[in-house]
Amino acid sequence: MCRLALKTASKPFSPYDVLTAMEAMQEGYDGSGLGLVLRGVKFTDFTYRTQDPILSGIAHTEAAYHRLDAFMQEKGFQLKYDHEFDVDFKKIEAQDRYKYFLRVYKLPASWKTYAADEVEEQLMLNRLELRKNGEDHGGDLTVFSFWPDVVTIKEVGWPLGIGKALHLNDDRIEARVVMAQGRQNTNYGINLYACHPFFIQGIATMTNGENTAYVPIKELLTGMHYPGYIGYQSDSEVFTHILHYVHKRLKLPLETYKHVITPLKTEELNMHPQGDFLKGMRNVCRRMIIDGPNCVIGSLQDETCIMVQDHKKLRPGTVGGKKGEWAMASEMCGVDAMIPDRDRSHDFQPMRENTVIIPPDRKEMKIWSQFDPYPLPQVA
Amino acid sequence: MVSIRSIPSTPSSLTHLDLQWIIKHREDRCTLCGRCTSVCPKEAIFLTYRRQRMPKLDILKKKRSSEYRTFTGIRQRTEPANRCIGCGMCATVCPNEAIGPEPNPNDPRVRLLHNDKGEAWKRGGRRNFRGSLLDRIMFTRISMLTDPALDAGRHEFQLNTLLGRVLSPEEFLRRKATGGWIPPVREIFPFIIGSMSFGALSPNMWLGLLQGVAYCNEVLGIPVVMATGEGGCPPWVLKSPYLKYIILQIASGYFGWDEIIRAIPDMQCDPAAIEIKYGQGAKPGDGGLLMWFKVSKLIARLRGVPEGVDLPSPPVHQTLYSIEESVMKMIQSLSMAWGFRVPVYPKISGSTSAKSVLNNLVRNPYASALMIDGVDGGTGAAYNVSMDATGHPIASNLRECYLDLVAQGKQNEIPLFAAGGVGKNGNVTQNGLALIMLGASGVHIGKYMMQSAAGCLGSEQNRCNVCNLGICPKGITSQNTKLYRRLDPDQVAERVADTFMAISTEMRKVLAPLGRSQSLPIGMSDAIGIDDAAAAEKLQIKYIC
Repeated sequence: MCRLALKTASKPFSPYDVLTAMEAMQEGYDGSGLGLVLRGVKFTDFTYRTQDPILSGIAHTEAAYHRLDAFMQEKGFQLKYDHEFDVDFKKIEAQDRYKYFLRVYKLPASWKTYAADEVEEQLMLNRLELRKNGEDHGGDLTVFSFWPDVVTIKEVGWPLGIGKALHLNDDRIEARVVMAQGRQNTNYGINLYACHPFFIQGIATMTNGENTAYVPIKELLTGMHYPGYIGYQSDSEVFTHILHYVHKRLKLPLETYKHVITPLKTEELNMHPQGDFLKGMRNVCRRMIIDGPNCVIGSLQDETCIMVQDHKKLRPGTVGGKKGEWAMASEMCGVDAMIPDRDRSHDFQPMRENTVIIPPDRKEMKIWSQFDPYPLPQVA
Repeated sequence: MVSIRSIPSTPSSLTHLDLQWIIKHREDRCTLCGRCTSVCPKEAIFLTYRRQRMPKLDILKKKRSSEYRTFTGIRQRTEPANRCIGCGMCATVCPNEAIGPEPNPNDPRVRLLHNDKGEAWKRGGRRNFRGSLLDRIMFTRISMLTDPALDAGRHEFQLNTLLGRVLSPEEFLRRKATGGWIPPVREIFPFIIGSMSFGALSPNMWLGLLQGVAYCNEVLGIPVVMATGEGGCPPWVLKSPYLKYIILQIASGYFGWDEIIRAIPDMQCDPAAIEIKYGQGAKPGDGGLLMWFKVSKLIARLRGVPEGVDLPSPPVHQTLYSIEESVMKMIQSLSMAWGFRVPVYPKISGSTSAKSVLNNLVRNPYASALMIDGVDGGTGAAYNVSMDATGHPIASNLRECYLDLVAQGKQNEIPLFAAGGVGKNGNVTQNGLALIMLGASGVHIGKYMMQSAAGCLGSEQNRCNVCNLGICPKGITSQNTKLYRRLDPDQVAERVADTFMAISTEMRKVLAPLGRSQSLPIGMSDAIGIDDAAAAEKLQIKYIC
């Protein structure tokens, strides 16, 4: 089973802290890989401006690395910072790793006229083009994210081991939000793209569980013919895309996500103050209803963090912390390891109707229930 | 040359060995009560005097001779019109298990003579083919260690489906914001009682079904709906609160629609939906057919026709000039009749042209669904050749249509309903869920309901299948009071409830190990497999062996 850990704090911290917390949850986890997403990034050797996109990935060969360079230059991106990981390749299981790249670019001058939406779309299309480029060359280039203020690292192996191999404990990178997941998709063939957290246009989620409604949901998302809805090496990738669809494309409040993936029953909606609207939403988004045991932890571009459960709450998940510092984890001991000096009596384990939201101000956790009034005026 | 008459043989002569069903009569058990002969719907057996030789041997006189005894026995008629249909009513009424039909394992030549007086063979039932591809589909994606299986007995399952046009989320939000029309959608149980007309079915059968449906909805909480078939609906039902459980069908004869339209102002609620029948799986290219025997006084009044005349509906709607026009005229007119509050959808027979119809519906904002009836669908009356050889099996037809919708990203917008052979061999839940996982939003079951809820004797071994003649021995498809009084509507209702309770439990038993409980697994093709490589490839599911 996947182990999940998310920490969000007003003061940037080392991602290594979260990796050590993962160790606390090692019981019952296979330690087959690591996925990391960092937001609110701070580099010690570079002053980062948050609007500049960061390209994260792995070049498996030197040729791929040069091709990447040429590609970005041709597109008009100007390299501002190239983070050199201090890699100990002997500690990395995989043999075909040439370079872990993490590069900050300046947007092409020609994009100045673009509206924010267009910039976001172009960033996604560039990432997809690079991904395709790698796939067309025998998978020699893996690109995880290309987005402002987002860093993604994925690798096969024991999470803490990977952290040590990349020297993440050297504090050269810090972040205000760190999402970590400790497993490769060992159900099927190992593929770096199958490792959580999944990312699309500023939205990232990770899940511990199994989405048994995966195929119909995947078919629906694929049928939308939206360029970013590809991949699906893991059944959990659809959670990210549904959140993206609901929040980014339909522009609905975050609370809608829960109503889409695990809608209330008709009898419950009949009693709900916005039941009529929500029943309609349930019908039109019916093919996005998830199934099976799942705990989804996500983060948005503005550093909002969320946790939701499947409708039967078949997976564990705990949120705890204090003002300015919060942790979410699939196991309670993970929260303990990330924020030991908190008041445990205020820990919360969301039930089937809850969405836990940690807003960007990190003052308190917001526990929202599907039975609460839905913010309808914002929608219709 | 003039034929000799000394041997009683004509081209149409048959012996009892040429019939499909041979009556086995045990004289040693028979009490000559005569119940079997009086109940036989085909008058296929009769009491007659027979003579038997009794060998006599007088040892003392060293003399052999014969004596003859006369007795009353049962004899089977061999004229095709009186052929035994294997219904077994004789066995049902026999107090001593002295009589019953047995299938003829040899070559029943009678099948070559079903054209007496140039009349091609007409019958009821469904395709006389006992195999079922659906029976071979297995649910193979079992949740065990990667995710825990659910508890079919204790967990909560959402088993219902949607009938009605579903908007895309973007369009829904746009219309909500601007106060636009949101098409009506019904939340119903995915096993629907398929169209069987008030006319094809006896009043007792129809009443029993309706009572059962009402009980399922109001007591059991299983939102079952039933379709009327062509021929209208009794006025007391139209004006009752039970109309909401009924899908009214309009077909090419428009029978009964005068009554329906006139009743609209007095309706207490809207019907569940309107089904426009363009085709039927059992007899594609034919309209409905109600034989004169079944046009009783009541049926004549409902349909607005004289008593005792054949009622053949035309093969196509007379207003139909093209599919576009049909879609525009009929769907929109019927939607308008109920103020756009009732889903309206067409029913077609399974066909290689189903995709064209579907794509037309996708572009019509008023089309609520598409119902495809496969070749194994049943009927009350049709030509045998239509039933046995015309039409398209449902599985691949449905799957192609579903995948077509998937390619367009429209699979949530136009629900597909499938029918034709669901529960043919009794595996109703398995067949229905297999179709659902292939892409159906629900399935229609007609013949299975008659068998399960009313004890219909028909089978694909060509047993009974005389619904067209109005002589249904169980009183299910007859308008003859002497016959249909055999059927108690209350008992039918009880069986309807039993049937749907069992389906509902079986659905849970299938869905729980698949790890599905939150929504009906429409299109969950990764969960199923079949032991036929060609079928697996065609259906785009796993081949298993």
